[in-house]
Order: sequence, then structure tokens, then C-alpha cells
Amino acid sequence: MKEVNITELERRFQEKIDNDIKIEPRDWMPEEYRQTLIRQISQHAHSEIVGMLPEGNWITRAPNLRRKAVLLAKVQDEAGHGLYLYSAVETLGADREATIDDLHTGKAKYSSIFNYPTTSWADMGSIGWLVDGAAIMNQVPICRCSYGPYARAMVRVCKEESFHQRQGFEIISLLAQGTPEQKAMAQESFNRFWWPAIMMFGPNDADSKHTAQSMKWKIKRNTNDELRQMFIDVTVPQAEMIGLTIPDKDLKFNKETGHYETGPIDWDEFWEVVKGNGPCNKERVDARRKAKEDGLWVREAAMAYAEKRKVKNAS
Amino acid sequence: MANQEWPLWEVFIRSKQGLNHKHVGSLRASDEQMAVDNARDVYTRRSEGVSIWVVESNNVFASEPAQADSLFEPADSKAYRHPMFYDVPDGISHM
Ligand SMILES: [Fe+2]
Ligand SMILES: [Fe+2]
Repeated sequence: MKEVNITELERRFQEKIDNDIKIEPRDWMPEEYRQTLIRQISQHAHSEIVGMLPEGNWITRAPNLRRKAVLLAKVQDEAGHGLYLYSAVETLGADREATIDDLHTGKAKYSSIFNYPTTSWADMGSIGWLVDGAAIMNQVPICRCSYGPYARAMVRVCKEESFHQRQGFEIISLLAQGTPEQKAMAQESFNRFWWPAIMMFGPNDADSKHTAQSMKWKIKRNTNDELRQMFIDVTVPQAEMIGLTIPDKDLKFNKETGHYETGPIDWDEFWEVVKGNGPCNKERVDARRKAKEDGLWVREAAMAYAEKRKVKNAS
Repeated sequence: MANQEWPLWEVFIRSKQGLNHKHVGSLRASDEQMAVDNARDVYTRRSEGVSIWVVESNNVFASEPAQADSLFEPADSKAYRHPMFYDVPDGISHM
């Protein structure tokens, strides 16, 4: 094989991307592309896993067996999403356990929405409807991401997400149409989750330092603000339909653009939560760390058993 | 933390009788039985399969992407392997 210099490799790489040819694990790729993907996919994986905690909180207290079975299936799906994504990270040569340890030491981030508490059953509705709804907005374009394993993982994830959103919407709309107490419960939950949900798309485009490069590499296909707008435009009419009030007195519909315009987003709150000062940051990371530590002996025992059996079968 | 990782397995699923097993992803498991059990839970929660194969990832030997051009080039130069290479006279049917 003839020697090619790095500039030429980079040119060919970008040419593949421009022609919508997927990049697969053992293909040549710029180190920065690899590192960006490792960071993004592992943080996405952490979000799926940490995201199980706020909902896991209500599994034993679901109001009836149907709701309990549904919530259990939903949370189980999130575990699966985490696994698809950790597997995709491994194809990039990253050490999965090291990325998990980065979560536990606070070096790696996850979606800040999961640092809010789930204080009422209605929150199971708000999460499915708004949080999974926002996640779908984010994830659908990643199905066309330039990195094959990430794109394929997203296709599986997106297939499973729509049930998540529908079961949440079913919970919240039923409450919203219930007794005055139930309706108040739905509204109170909606008030708490609306702003954090629209912050899930990340900082405004002007403040998002990685966006331009990620768009050029087709890791990202839409900007944060574009996705946020799409989410707001579809969600506001849904809220109105079920009789909930958007907790934003400045919200208005702009007839000329055809888009809703919200009041100012409290980015200070967003950055505080990202920095670790949200209501549940410590609780969430502690729970993950404890799960890993408490499960260590099980993982070791399973491995010891497998090795013993291998020796026995060989003799 | 001291931690020996479970081996990595590649998972192949036959989605229905009559079709090939197809690669769907990977997972970690301590042995082949756990790999099959985990594959069932992770990759067939919505009736996506009727049969599962698992292969330990380090047993997969793959072609080198950087050599794909030279590896597959011979196929490109043999147009006569395709039926379109041949002219069939008008009036000839069933061919
Ligand atoms: Fe998910
Ligand atoms: Fe979900």
C-alpha cells in the first residue's frame, strides 16, 4: 500500500462524509472525530442509564398493575438503549468501564434533565411526554449520523421511543381531564418539567462551541435551536389540547414565521445543573456508583464460574 | 477499581425462519449462555428474533478497510460475470 499523508486521509474522509458514505469502526478517521464521538455517545449512554433512576423511583408506587407493567417495560428499554450506546462507544476503541468511571467521578456529563426530582405520579406522565419527546426530536436526526454504529443504535432506539412518549402522554392527559386535584397535579408537574425539557436541547447556537464542527462531520444534523423550536412548535398545541397552561406568560405565536416564541430561558439554572448543583446531581451519581460497587462481587463470581467451567470442559 | 471485564460478544439474530442470521450488535457476558440470555433481553424484546447466535468478538477475523480497494478490485473488472454483458438477439425469450 502506498504511503498517504494525513492531509490526504483527511480530505478523503471529508469527501466520504460529504457523499453520505458512512464511517465504520475500523475505517481511518481523524482523532478529533473519534474523540468527539466517544464523548458524545458515552454521555448519551450515561443519560439513558441515569435516566432510569427518576422513573425507577415510581415503579413500586404505580397506581395499578397496568401502569406498573408499562413503566417497568419503559425503564427496561432505557437500560437497553444504554447498552446499544456503550457498545457503539466500544467500536471506537474506548474502554467502556473507563467511560463509566468518568461518569462516577463527575468528569463525564449526562442530560441535566435527570437531575430533577420526581415528586408525584404525574411526573411519569411529564417525563414520557416531554423528556422522551425531546429525546426523540434529538435522536431522529442522529439516525442519519455519519458514524455507522451510532446511526444504527439510534434507529433501534427511535423505534422504541414512541411508546415511551405515548404512555407518558396517556398518563398526563388522563390526569388533566380528571378531578380538580388530578388536574392540579398534572399542571404542577408540567410547570416543573416544561423549562428543563426545552433546555434539554442544550445552549443557544451562539453559545454552542462544538456545533459547527459536528455539523461538518454530520455527527449532528440540526442545531440546538432548530431542534428546540421544532419541539416547542409540536408540544404547545398538545398541551393546549389537554387543557394544560404553558408556564410562560411571554409565550406567543408569531403568525409571520409560523413559530411559537418563548420568554427568556434561564440559562443560569441550566449551567448550575450542568456544573453539578442541580437538586439531584449527587443522588444520581451516588446511586450509579453504588450499583457498580455492589454488583462487583456478582460480576467477579460469574467470571470465576465461567473460567472454572472452561477448564472442566477442556479436561 | 479492580475490575476484570466480561468478554465482548457479537450477536446475530434470525428474525424469522427462512432468513439468515444477521449481525445486530454486541454485548458483554461472562460465558456463551449468559451472552444468549442477555441477547434475548436486549435485542429481541419485541419479537425481533426466532434464533440467536453469539460469537466472542475476538474470534472474528475481519478484512482490512484500508485494503478494500485492492481486495475487491478484481470483481470490478469482470463485467462478463453479469448477465447484462451478453446481447440476446431480439425474438429470443425465456433467457
Ligand atoms: Fe432512551
Ligand atoms: Fe425513552
